[in-house]
Amino acid sequence: MKIINLDHISSKPLLSEAKKAMIAAIEKDYHNPSSQHKSGEEAAEVLDNARESVAQLINCATPKEIVFTSGGTESVNHAIKGVAMANAEKGKHIVTSNIEHNAVIRSLRRLKTAGFKVTSLSVDAGGRVNPQEVADAITDETVLVSIMHSNNETGTIQPIEDIAKIAREKKVIFHTDAVDSVGVVPIDVQALGVDLLSFASNTFYGPTGVGGLYIRRGTRVFPLLDGGIQENNKRAGTENLIGIIGMGKAAELAERDLKPRLNHLKNLKSKLLAELPNYIDEYILNTHPEFSLPNLVSLSIKYIEGESVMLMLDDDDIAVSTRSACATGSLRASHVLLSLGLSHADAQGTLVISFGIDTTEEDILAFLSSLKSVVTTLRDISPLYSKARLT
Amino acid sequence: MYNKTVMDHFRNPRNVGVIEDADGIGEVGNPLCGDMMTIYLRIGEERIEDIKFQTFGCGSAIAVSSMLTEIAKGKSIEDAKKITNKDVAEALEGLPKNKLHCSNLGADALQMAIKNYEDKKAGITRPEPKRKDEHEHSHGDKCYCPYCDIELSEDATFCDACQSSLEEEH
Repeated sequence: MKIINLDHISSKPLLSEAKKAMIAAIEKDYHNPSSQHKSGEEAAEVLDNARESVAQLINCATPKEIVFTSGGTESVNHAIKGVAMANAEKGKHIVTSNIEHNAVIRSLRRLKTAGFKVTSLSVDAGGRVNPQEVADAITDETVLVSIMHSNNETGTIQPIEDIAKIAREKKVIFHTDAVDSVGVVPIDVQALGVDLLSFASNTFYGPTGVGGLYIRRGTRVFPLLDGGIQENNKRAGTENLIGIIGMGKAAELAERDLKPRLNHLKNLKSKLLAELPNYIDEYILNTHPEFSLPNLVSLSIKYIEGESVMLMLDDDDIAVSTRSACATGSLRASHVLLSLGLSHADAQGTLVISFGIDTTEEDILAFLSSLKSVVTTLRDISPLYSKARLT
Repeated sequence: MYNKTVMDHFRNPRNVGVIEDADGIGEVGNPLCGDMMTIYLRIGEERIEDIKFQTFGCGSAIAVSSMLTEIAKGKSIEDAKKITNKDVAEALEGLPKNKLHCSNLGADALQMAIKNYEDKKAGITRPEPKRKDEHEHSHGDKCYCPYCDIELSEDATFCDACQSSLEEEH
């Protein structure tokens, strides 16, 4: 049975080249990269190679600016808590946006218990932060600005270069959560002008449970994990060498194939957006028409609820994601969608369609025809739909 | 996530639709917490001759509505008044904990529909209840943790039972 994966934002397939490199690494049974004997140095060398591949993918000034972590969540926690703790003497104020991932939101919530104050900026109807509002929010007490590069629910890309420029002028450290961007769209940390940038390996078809944090040379940040001197003293604990080798391979291929992959994704997205009105009506697109990821479309389908749609598509062997409250375990609709100005009912009907290098045009068409019948079925049951027909 | 009985009722919901000129209508829930249910009754000789539903909601909300209509169909008004949300959840052989209090509204809608029928019969007209925008309670005045279903105090910001932060929900 073939499942059509249109939920790449949750999981992407592991590249066969990365898988092979990891299996070879397991067979090889590397020693500890921190050990100074020959076996240790052999492991240190492959660790360095992976670091170089990753550094190249995002154009670091030197590979030393990369710290390997256990994934996007750890990177974000490291950046936010590490900067806050290292700079608390200067002040205890942080600027962020209303649409950040929970890794950011909850890290900041934790810092509030240590006396930090947080200014959270709203976004415009297109889901973007206004850089001028960042400038206005910064005070003498501000030690960090953290704004995501792209949003995991809507795919909207933020004006990071402009915000970084403002942060630099005001001498405030700037972190961007680029977990859904690195390896999908071109990312150049030097051109962006950020001080810290979080990313994850599985975004570019590497293994899960491994990621990294870019820390520009000279940025004041404490480690999140204290212990040994691994990762240039920035992240204690023996490295997950097998995962890192997989990520290194995936980074190498992401850089090599970035353009053809981008073209493929853009074509799929155009196809989906062009065909959508031929299959369903009365929906809202939450994805910015210009500044957005090429691999994600967020749509809110009126009068029906997202979990039901997801379950019915699952019956047709199509995997998608929904941002309805019912599916996420909380009783609230997505904070990101509400920030865009969506009503609760509309937010409940939100689907996130995300695809990848393994997705075909046939997959998109199969999804659309399945979606059409699911929407009809659920609208026939919906009291909101029949009420809307009466008025 | 859902058991076979729930999935069966979700995939093949029974008694979907509207009864024109229904003898009783009951509507519960709000889109804020994701679910809305409307129950329509046709009453004959103090018995539920026909029952239909419309639901906006997740898989369990649709399954609950369907199961409720099966339980209630053919019952006398007196027996139907005894149907509780718990009965519906049990007939479905269980619902996930976090769904027990947001999606399990079927019996509430039925009771409202019966009330509506009795009001009509007695010639009473009631204004449509106004929905609150914030912090809607579907079950009386009690609050429950959305993650583990433990009863909480109204102002709780943390669930000690499952260690969940509740600053924005419940």
